[in-house]
Amino acid sequence: MSIIDNKRTVEINVRDFIVENYTPYDGDESFLAPPTEKTKKLWEQLSEKMREEHARGGVYDIDENTVSTITSHKPGYINKELEEIVGLQTDEPLKRAIMPFGGIRLVYNELEAYGRKLPEDIANIFKYRKTHNDGVYDVYTDEMRRARKCGIITGLPDSYGRGRIIGDYRRVPLYGIAALIEQKQAEKAAFVFDALCEREIQQREELSEQIRALQELAEMAQSYGFDITRPAEDTKEAIQWLYFAYLAAVKDQNGAAMSIGRISTFLDIYAERDLKSGRYTEEQIQELVDHLIMKLRIVRFLRTPAYDQLFSGDPTWVTESLGGMCVDGRHMVTKMTYRFLHTLANLGPAPEPNLTVLWSSKLPENFKRYCAKVSIETSSIQYENDDIMRPKFGDDYGIACCVSAMRIGKQMQFFGARANLAKALLYAINGGRDEVYGIQVGPEFAPITSEYLDYDEVVRKFDTVCDWLAKLYINTLNVIHYMHDKYCYERLEMALHDVNVLRTMACGVAGLSVVADSLSAIKHTKVKVIRNEEGLATDFAVEGDYPKYGNNNDEADQIAVNVLKNFMKKLRNHRTYRDSKPTLSILTITSNVVYGKKTGSTPDGRKLGEPFAPGANPMHGRDTNGCIASMKSVAKLPYDYAEDGISYTFSIVPGALGKTEDDRISNLKELLDGYFTDTGHHINVNVINKDVLMDAMENPEKYPQLTIRVSGYAVNFIKLTREQQLDVLHRTFHERF
Amino acid sequence: MGVLGRVHSVESFGTLDGPGIRYVLFLQGCAYRCLYCHNPDTWAVNVGKIIDSDEVLKDILSYKNFIKSGGVTLSGGEPLLQIEFVKAILKGCKEKGIHTALDTAGSIPVEASAPVLDLADLILLDIKCFDDEMSKVLTGHSNKRTLETLNYCEETDKRVWIRQVLLPGYTLNYRTLVGLAEYLKDFKCVELVELLPFHKMGEYKWAALGFKYELKDTQPPTPEELNEVRNLFESRGLKVLMKG
Repeated sequence: MSIIDNKRTVEINVRDFIVENYTPYDGDESFLAPPTEKTKKLWEQLSEKMREEHARGGVYDIDENTVSTITSHKPGYINKELEEIVGLQTDEPLKRAIMPFGGIRLVYNELEAYGRKLPEDIANIFKYRKTHNDGVYDVYTDEMRRARKCGIITGLPDSYGRGRIIGDYRRVPLYGIAALIEQKQAEKAAFVFDALCEREIQQREELSEQIRALQELAEMAQSYGFDITRPAEDTKEAIQWLYFAYLAAVKDQNGAAMSIGRISTFLDIYAERDLKSGRYTEEQIQELVDHLIMKLRIVRFLRTPAYDQLFSGDPTWVTESLGGMCVDGRHMVTKMTYRFLHTLANLGPAPEPNLTVLWSSKLPENFKRYCAKVSIETSSIQYENDDIMRPKFGDDYGIACCVSAMRIGKQMQFFGARANLAKALLYAINGGRDEVYGIQVGPEFAPITSEYLDYDEVVRKFDTVCDWLAKLYINTLNVIHYMHDKYCYERLEMALHDVNVLRTMACGVAGLSVVADSLSAIKHTKVKVIRNEEGLATDFAVEGDYPKYGNNNDEADQIAVNVLKNFMKKLRNHRTYRDSKPTLSILTITSNVVYGKKTGSTPDGRKLGEPFAPGANPMHGRDTNGCIASMKSVAKLPYDYAEDGISYTFSIVPGALGKTEDDRISNLKELLDGYFTDTGHHINVNVINKDVLMDAMENPEKYPQLTIRVSGYAVNFIKLTREQQLDVLHRTFHERF
Repeated sequence: MGVLGRVHSVESFGTLDGPGIRYVLFLQGCAYRCLYCHNPDTWAVNVGKIIDSDEVLKDILSYKNFIKSGGVTLSGGEPLLQIEFVKAILKGCKEKGIHTALDTAGSIPVEASAPVLDLADLILLDIKCFDDEMSKVLTGHSNKRTLETLNYCEETDKRVWIRQVLLPGYTLNYRTLVGLAEYLKDFKCVELVELLPFHKMGEYKWAALGFKYELKDTQPPTPEELNEVRNLFESRGLKVLMKG
């Protein structure tokens, strides 16, 4: 028997289904079950394969002979006898597929990097078939190319899948594919207007693609022996159906971030029912969850070493959002929320799935303490402020990638990477010329020629540069997303959305703390310009001390706030593709290192090539009043102007959290409560000793599962490039003795 | 306009000086010259940043959402060297309902410190060494005033946490520690004894200041030694707080 009334199959409304049926759980973690023998065996076999993957330089195997689609590969298993939940991207675990629709050039690069060759027949297809990347470059202006080359706009999804779209994968178990197809067909039939123009034509074509993708999804599940055209009937089926839906998405798209949404409380409804009826025991349910999580830990995409520089450590951002509050006032923590976090104990720490706790001051104490405990033990969780997101996104939103909230199945975004504001500041000083390349990138205007920088003059010119940058940035993103929709449309993910979705144009900035400190230095002390023979400002001498962002000092913090607000306002001035709503994130992922490399010395005293701070973090070592002062500075950045998220990464040595285990748990819990009450948006929590990291750099084989949170995601520390590892080590580790 | 004081630094996330999350204000200046001091940069009385107590209070209040179950700790240096400044801050915190702790060696006469002790909710009293001769060797001062301070706390029913650094060759002496435990067990005001194993993380500061560090070759206590000391206090009915 299906879990829902038949009448619901007409109207898709997962949110109401959850709210009407879920059971909040106030207890503690004592009910949780340890891993079963099956789980232990399966995980051991998989771990062995992952060790081999690491030994082979990070890529276990590649299937270069098959273009990945939902149905491209025959069923694959880790160990059919042991797996409770089945389905792999290719016919073997960890074997990576090629996904050329984002850009065939990238596939050539990827294969070359790993000593493979694209077979003739596939190469032939793409002589005639354009990809997203080709389309973008057909349209890019010279100015866009220059901006991209110099890195004032970087990380753009113009040659790879944009990602950051979350299909509502829960719809598949709840309604079954047949009902979903019926729904889409009805929507398409209704989508007829007097005048069919670009928009309507595009939409109708997309609906057809969506229906086809759903049919393929059912076909793929059938190849594993499951009929998912009907709704799931118990916990095991619900997890399996949902996973098939997600699997189809990661076979169809190698988006930069492929979040899974907010599934745990939904799945708990099935689990509660099965526990009550005696169909499954707690051990069996945990086993199903452990097996699902194993699958999510081995999502793999073929990527290039250059990509790894930007997004280090092979991340996939299988982000799952946990907890949060219901708008009716109940919290949404269920036993399943605990079970998901418990996988970090049963299977050991891991970067994926990207477990994200939606924190509210009203969450139950037991749960808050459990989260703090798991953070201290694993450094694998990130936290985001449900109390500031819920008013904007309701109670059924999920986090795409790291910090981007969106209503599930009702909203999507056009991922826009980020603009380098520190470089923009240097353009203001150098009249639009790039300080590293020496070429004119921005519009030519009079550079600053004085020996010492004048605050008002710099601010005025910086404003002009930001006007230009905002326009160029939005236009560039318009080109990219037009082409992505055209050549690399997310047909399966969008099939699990409503027909009318809200789209955001998710811009971003890097180098905010560098700009804030630079402007503060110019304002509060004397900054002397050092120019090269061509008259370009290539270095600065800061004479004296100045208030620095990250110390809860308004003199510096308000500069950061103003820079952010101004840039966001400028972004809003421009017309966007598909009327998407411009938003902004302060998030660098690990690209803070690359951005730094490409940016000349800055007036805050940072030298050419030195990394920026990640996300909204203060610059390394400049926050000297302890971590709360640092958090307070970050929390001042207004979420209304950075609705795509404000990332803050926090690292502390265990001893600085408190003297006893109980103190450490209480203090971390209080710290999170304080930060979020003060409207901080996001925080990564690392509780780790530096000497462990140093040992892991020298002896990676000893630390296969050592996990550390970077900007918005977690990574296996040993998978980071050496440069990135050093950057992590150099960051502020809050310690006290 | 409040009272001006000399401040060494602020730790906005103090977890090691009193209960809960605490805003710790390290005041500048100390008359003691403890051999193991890990903040010798707080000794000099004529340096540090001069700040108005009203400014400090404003800063403290900005952290109110973090220190709800913790509070404020005034440490140093020796906070009692700046009586009026400390008084102004403690008073201000009291008015706002913020819990306060005073981290002190009780190094000034009780007649002078009493008004400050009265204002604080908790005294973290650092008994450098119960053996007075050793106290002089270790700090340059007798422990007489410290013990008088403890007596005053007992009379006025003030909550006290005793702090004891365990320094091998100096304070890690079982006879002296047994003497201390026996002495403390009858004090009702003593809530717990905090044992602080010696560490050398402040050594670099001595070098930076051009001071000679006498404890270069001293090793931190072993886990066995620490356990023994813990038992020695606990067996006399005293609650022990130690990192672990």
